[in-house]
Amino acid sequence: MSKLRGTGFAAVNYPTGMHLGGDPTQSLVHATTSGNFVVTMSSVDLGQGLKTILAQIAAETLGVPLDTVIVDTGDTDTGPHCTGTFASRTTHRAGNAVIMAAAEARQAMLEVAAEKLEVSVEDLETDGQGNIHVKGVEEKAISVAETAGAAHFELGKTISGRGIFLKTPSPMDPETGESDPDSTQAHACTVAEVEVDTETGNVEVLGFKSAYEVGQQVNPALVKGQIVGGAWMGMGHALQETTAPYYPAIDHAPGDFQSYVMPGAADMPSVECEVLEIASRNGPFGAKGVGEMVTNSPIPAIVNAINNALGVRITRIPVTPEVVLRALDEKAANAT
Amino acid sequence: MAIKDLKIVGQPVKLRDLDTHVTGETVYYEDIRVPRMLHLKMHRSIYPHAKILNIDTSEAKSSAGVVCVLTHEDLPGKKKYNGLAGVGVGPEDESVLAFEKVRWKGESVVAVIAETPKQAEAAAAKVKVDYEELPAVFDIMEALKDGAPVVTDHWPNNHYIFPDNHRAAQVRYGDVEKAFAEADHIVEDVYQTQPIEQAPLETNGCIAVPEGGDGRITVYSNTQGLQFSLDVTADILGVPTSKLRFIGGTVGGGFGGKVDLQPEPITTLAAMRTGRPVKFKYTREEEMRVSSSRSAWRVEIKDGVMNDGRIIARKITTYQDSGAYLRFSSYGGMKHCGHMPGPYTIPNVWIDSIVVFTNRTPSNAMRGFGVMAGSFALEVQMDKVAETIGMDPWELRLINAYREGDMKSHQKEVEDAGMVETILAAAKLAGKQLPEEFQKMSSLDRKAG
Repeated sequence: MSKLRGTGFAAVNYPTGMHLGGDPTQSLVHATTSGNFVVTMSSVDLGQGLKTILAQIAAETLGVPLDTVIVDTGDTDTGPHCTGTFASRTTHRAGNAVIMAAAEARQAMLEVAAEKLEVSVEDLETDGQGNIHVKGVEEKAISVAETAGAAHFELGKTISGRGIFLKTPSPMDPETGESDPDSTQAHACTVAEVEVDTETGNVEVLGFKSAYEVGQQVNPALVKGQIVGGAWMGMGHALQETTAPYYPAIDHAPGDFQSYVMPGAADMPSVECEVLEIASRNGPFGAKGVGEMVTNSPIPAIVNAINNALGVRITRIPVTPEVVLRALDEKAANAT
Repeated sequence: MAIKDLKIVGQPVKLRDLDTHVTGETVYYEDIRVPRMLHLKMHRSIYPHAKILNIDTSEAKSSAGVVCVLTHEDLPGKKKYNGLAGVGVGPEDESVLAFEKVRWKGESVVAVIAETPKQAEAAAAKVKVDYEELPAVFDIMEALKDGAPVVTDHWPNNHYIFPDNHRAAQVRYGDVEKAFAEADHIVEDVYQTQPIEQAPLETNGCIAVPEGGDGRITVYSNTQGLQFSLDVTADILGVPTSKLRFIGGTVGGGFGGKVDLQPEPITTLAAMRTGRPVKFKYTREEEMRVSSSRSAWRVEIKDGVMNDGRIIARKITTYQDSGAYLRFSSYGGMKHCGHMPGPYTIPNVWIDSIVVFTNRTPSNAMRGFGVMAGSFALEVQMDKVAETIGMDPWELRLINAYREGDMKSHQKEVEDAGMVETILAAAKLAGKQLPEEFQKMSSLDRKAG
């Protein structure tokens, strides 16, 4: 009995957006009296950081400081419609909606500033620090706060914008499957190294080395969070997790985390990754989406690594110790 | 590698609620405080398939602290639903509260609402349901055989019926049989996954609060889609959408496990009936055994491959274990068709994606719905193809990887291609030495000539 090492890899693509489209998200943006901007949505942040990246996208589009952007989401009485957070769709859909709303609000803001400065809108630019000035003449300027105050109390104008993103529905042809199902495709390739104990059947993942192509990253720290979390979930899927341990039988269904075993922090190996950015044609600033794909490449990579280590051909997940030992038994039986 | 000159997008800005996530101060649905709140617990089916002969709630009703007991007879609107009925998916096959039959172990039968969670739980245990147990089927291939127990009358052969009376969502592109006859190698295998729990830290739940005079109900929910949950709840209960308000947006993990409207409709009804706030929070056991799992998939792949590594035909038959009801499985089956045959350009493709009904917990979305099992099967298959024809697995994938402008099997041209670059970057990271002609490949190399 021994510990055998193997390496495997897998290449995957992943679609952005609800399959076949028809899944809009809207955004409203307005300035407060003191020049802050409120982005109103009803999108759901599941912990992945939606509120943070929508603030970044709004600040970038408006040309104002990030800390002056407030994201208010999660109330159907006040927030315009969002189809929901799923299908790696929210950065793409909500991001595009925020760009549209923020661009309209920016235009309204610049019109007020132009009136105050007695110049034309085309001559103005923002410095990203809370000021609007004439291009090339930084001293001819007005602050965003002063502009918003003037709009409210002197000129009686609104500084606001409306945004929506919709990929129009593309029905699937029932005969051929012809359809335009997605907005863009992200890509991943993961190399997994494993060590298999041939006595216990236990598999240890020693490391992941992956490349991910996700379009423009809105927030590289949050992308890395998805990558590591996704690899972690993929490891659980590949090696441990199921609600039906003796599928298709329904017996022994786990009911807690004592019996539904998932990888713990100590099981998590190093995750080396490189992130490539090939712009999406229609994503916000070229972003594609990273939410779901990151779980998918580690799973076949681990299974391929186990098969490589043992010289077997396992074709099911999870590859529990029992599956490993049965595969080794079968290999031994075939050899005799 | 910045795409544009950007100032804030592209920066590793700190997560806005990071600190409060760590300290526990982030406000989730459960953190709202309302006076006089009641608690709902569900009496659930103990059989995977049985006829309901009688439901006796008398003892539960007189149990300590009980304020309200709801059976299917109390449903004011629909008795059966499908969450996607609003976008034309049907028929509505799933009982809101079971009547006539239960079709999976754990199915909702009677809701009990009491002053405390313990009182509700004790009373729910006192509901008496007489059953006549029926033969059940758990194996997807058994379920498709003649004479198998029928899970619901909507699907006499235990599989979903797609438009134009097809048994599968399908792709037909080129001629796979002709290509198999011309191929140097045929490589076949069968791949199997099992049901998986989404395992969010926060289990499914909601609090429904009557707002007094105007008859509106505010539902604090951890759904992944607020208006979606509002619309479906209104539809099931037969109340105008103007009467409901959903508040949420900050959720402790979803992974697809919070898209299928489990607690909201019945909790909203309980609040309407009692005139008091009602909370329904899944226990961890309910989250694992009752809420939708990721479905199990069986993926059969047959490839026709040439000696030079080109895959000229790929035939895929996939069976998705939907459990007892449809939920969003037909959507997952169609998404599977859009994803297969993976990031490869293959001139002849045939796909049948079949949704099968069994007497298990209904499955639904999870991270990579319709895609994850497909990618698993495809990429383990790619290694088998490489081994069969004696080719390096990296080179096999690079030869077949789609390029910009290639035609996919669902007849959409490839856009924003990046598979070749991603494979090359991973090879470099892993120290894999590739021949020079492979290192020079790009997603644009066919267009560039």
